[in-house]
Amino acid sequence: MTPEDAWLRWARIVAPLAVATIAIGLWQLATTAYDVPVYLVPSPAVVMRTLVTDHELLLRSLGVTLSIALAALAVATLLGTLTALLFVQSRWIEMSLFPYAVLLQVTPIVAIAPLIIIWVRNTQVALVICAVVVAIFPIISNTTLGLRSVDAGLLNLFRMSRASRLQILFRLRVPSALPYFFGGLRIASGLALIGAVVAEFVAGTGGSGAGLAYQILLAGFQLNIPRLFAALVLITLTGVLLFAVTVSLSKLALARWHESELPASE
Amino acid sequence: MGSRHRQQREGPALTTAVPVVALHGVDKTFANGTHALAPVDLDVRRGEFLTLLGPSGCGKSTLLNLIAGLLAPSSGTIEWWGGGIDATGGEGRRLAFVFQSPTLMPWSRVNGNVRLPLDLAHVERAAAESAATAALARVGLSEFARHFPRELSGGMQMRVSIARALVTEPDLLLMDEPFGALDEFTRQRLDGDLSTLWREHGLTVVFVTHSIAEAVFLSTRVAVMGARPGRVLAEIAIDAPFPRDDAFRVSTAAAAYAATLSRHVRDAGAAAVASSR
Repeated sequence: MTPEDAWLRWARIVAPLAVATIAIGLWQLATTAYDVPVYLVPSPAVVMRTLVTDHELLLRSLGVTLSIALAALAVATLLGTLTALLFVQSRWIEMSLFPYAVLLQVTPIVAIAPLIIIWVRNTQVALVICAVVVAIFPIISNTTLGLRSVDAGLLNLFRMSRASRLQILFRLRVPSALPYFFGGLRIASGLALIGAVVAEFVAGTGGSGAGLAYQILLAGFQLNIPRLFAALVLITLTGVLLFAVTVSLSKLALARWHESELPASE
Repeated sequence: MGSRHRQQREGPALTTAVPVVALHGVDKTFANGTHALAPVDLDVRRGEFLTLLGPSGCGKSTLLNLIAGLLAPSSGTIEWWGGGIDATGGEGRRLAFVFQSPTLMPWSRVNGNVRLPLDLAHVERAAAESAATAALARVGLSEFARHFPRELSGGMQMRVSIARALVTEPDLLLMDEPFGALDEFTRQRLDGDLSTLWREHGLTVVFVTHSIAEAVFLSTRVAVMGARPGRVLAEIAIDAPFPRDDAFRVSTAAAAYAATLSRHVRDAGAAAVASSR
């Protein structure tokens, strides 16, 4: 690795951190300088203090929201992949069912969440279902595309070698689809969290099952704006974390062979 | 490679035996109406190095795909060792194909790529691995078995592709402009390596190219093809002895063959232009 590469690696971390530091600094300065009341815009210091003082409540809620998002992501990945595998079995299946996958995608979740919450007795399950509805489409569409994006020469080679349908699926289509699948997973990870938060907003579950969205709602009603901000910060950080995890997974799976994960200098 | 090793060629007697592939009046029109190939009669004889030579659009790749069984003829018949395509693949009737590009699986290491045809045929892992090692040795890539394709140069990837074709000990090797995308120096070296492989292992090869020099250097026989519709214009034997070396490339004999081939290609080109007016 040349010194220039090492420097670039640092820059990749340092540059966004510098932007964050400046933005937070300006925010702190502005709230102090203009004496902005805490119920309008709390300063970063106040938000930090709230994160510490309310950490028990907020972390418990974070746990609820995160478990819903993760469960939804897992279900969406499983169901989405299976659906994609089904779609590539025949053009007829895909033609008949794909429009409904799109329908699922374009229906606003806030519009159907109340129905799901009424129909499904267990609220946690209902919330997971809502988040799955939001997160599943990129997995279906990307994986389907990937399973179809097979090198024509390799497909000919497999056919000339008298490969069975299953061999073509698992030795050719599935590996070819991996980069597409991971692209879908990255998008789905963010959507699963959004889905979980939106569904919670609609359900308004309090008590022990209260997630971060409920804390935001409640803090809004009580004009406890610092806590609202603190919850918001936690949701954002969780989203970034989920994204980072899926990126690492993708790196782990593709690093040795796929162009998208090769160092730029090569 | 033990028991399946075939005999070395023993002179012209072998080449007059039952043809490896026999095409009778084979004609191909694609679904979009393109008349790719006018009726072709052609035999591929055991142990020969037959080259299909012609300009772009003369149907030489179509003809090769027909011989590979990747396409079905619109009319006419093709026989492999006297039987249908379904009878190929067994002992003594194996086909292998080398494409224009290396078509390697990027997610699989070099040895995994070479082993693929055996893996698909459920050959036992250890046997497949040792066959792959031997095939890689033949193309001079033994020390690259654990590399990924992207770590190799274009010429090396092409050699991996050839090793993958050789791993099944094919009785008929079909090659579709395999070195067309490579630079001239690499192409000449690979042509030399291929010629040696062909002689030492008694392969039967059908090779597609648009390079007259390559056709002269490699072939025992050249089928010159013309375009619109694609057809075989002439079959010309290249009788120069093997091994052919770099001196042969610039010899008067090679130049004379090249002149003959080039005249046939040119005449066909002129005829095609005249007929399209």
